[in-house]
Amino acid sequence: MAHTFELPIIEAPVMLDPMMPVPYRIERVKRETNDTFTLGLMPANGVGVTSFGPGQFNMLYIFGVGEVPISISSDPRSCPALEHTTRVVGPVTKAMGGLKRGDVIGIRGPFGSRWPVTEEMGRDFVIVTGGIGLAPLRPALYQLMAQREKYRKIVLLYGARTPQDILYRRELEHWRGKFDLEIQVTVDRGGGNWRGNVGVVTTLISRAPFDPSETVALVCGPEVMMRFAVMELQKRGVRSPKIFVSMERNMKCAVGFCGHCQYGPAFICKDGPVFSFDRIEPIFGKAEI
Amino acid sequence: MIHSLDSVIRQHAFFNELDEHHIQFIVGCAKNVRFDTNHYIFREGDDADQFFFILEGLVSVELMVPTKGSVTVQTVGEGDVFGWSWLAPPYRWHFDARTMRKTHALAFDGKCLRAKCEEDHDLGYEILKRFANVAVERLDATRLQLLDLYGAHV
Repeated sequence: MAHTFELPIIEAPVMLDPMMPVPYRIERVKRETNDTFTLGLMPANGVGVTSFGPGQFNMLYIFGVGEVPISISSDPRSCPALEHTTRVVGPVTKAMGGLKRGDVIGIRGPFGSRWPVTEEMGRDFVIVTGGIGLAPLRPALYQLMAQREKYRKIVLLYGARTPQDILYRRELEHWRGKFDLEIQVTVDRGGGNWRGNVGVVTTLISRAPFDPSETVALVCGPEVMMRFAVMELQKRGVRSPKIFVSMERNMKCAVGFCGHCQYGPAFICKDGPVFSFDRIEPIFGKAEI
Repeated sequence: MIHSLDSVIRQHAFFNELDEHHIQFIVGCAKNVRFDTNHYIFREGDDADQFFFILEGLVSVELMVPTKGSVTVQTVGEGDVFGWSWLAPPYRWHFDARTMRKTHALAFDGKCLRAKCEEDHDLGYEILKRFANVAVERLDATRLQLLDLYGAHV
């Protein structure tokens, strides 16, 4: 008796060439603050990033202008749709800020290491961030909140320059309203109707509710802020291997080839940007590195 | 849960490793205070004869700036010790302190403690050491604040 086999169709993940930008269309542009915006993107030809981990970044190519590394700020479950939150700091991001719905950019990625959200289930998570540093942590927050029952306390400590510079304000309010995420926001300069904390974000660490011996800390922001945040976390008793920082250097190729982002023995693009602090502790904050 | 003054003071890191007789003296200098929202705990220029340990709430440390009004330079919250003008002449507050929320604190009689520190230098040293630590933390934080870390140029 002859048997016929019907082979199942398995959709293999599309392996994108890491050096070849894939066209993505801008679906929406959201002004977050006066100098920061979020691009909502979809693959222009149906082929795009199939998955990414929280903390990873893409290279965004503005045709004819240049390419910049920008962390992915969207929910990992929403792939291939992507969001990138960017602040205008140079010519490429300035050009990016002028893009409109329907415009197309090139994307390479995702690249780099991830925040250890799935690896550290069952622990307290404390997230310390400032300024646009919240953007690379947003996917981690989505992931934590999607499986809230698998974690103990989750604390977000966020510092901004002024109340007008607070990113994702509505989302933060939504999460705060759920009562299973402790959110503390502080600003460097209050004023107006601001009734919350004033001072740098590191001052919130000493009074944040978490158990240092069972805590994983995710830290992202300006390097000076991270240095002081790590000191405060260590002072509370969080161990270096459980502190994770996202480093930033001049990334160009994103695949550890060009060497622009060399950081001691590591390349930020390939070995980072997320490092457990014990890996970089000897060189962290060294001016010569 | 109701905690006695004694147990609250003993549990606070600020008073860690103080001798028993010093703790007992400090407990004798402390009282519970509660403030409504928007209450001035002290005003710039007033006699500084107290310091505070916040159990619950949020306090804004402010400075009156002509044409700008009250500017908040920092806030202090649960677990923070604040107020050190009682330690240094001319013993007057340099800032205003206003509650942003209902606030429960322990107030310590600085005048009494100051006199005791003059008399008992061991206690004086322990108290100054602790306040020096608080001052260093605040100075670090202020320096970071001055850096304008999240500005485009950093």
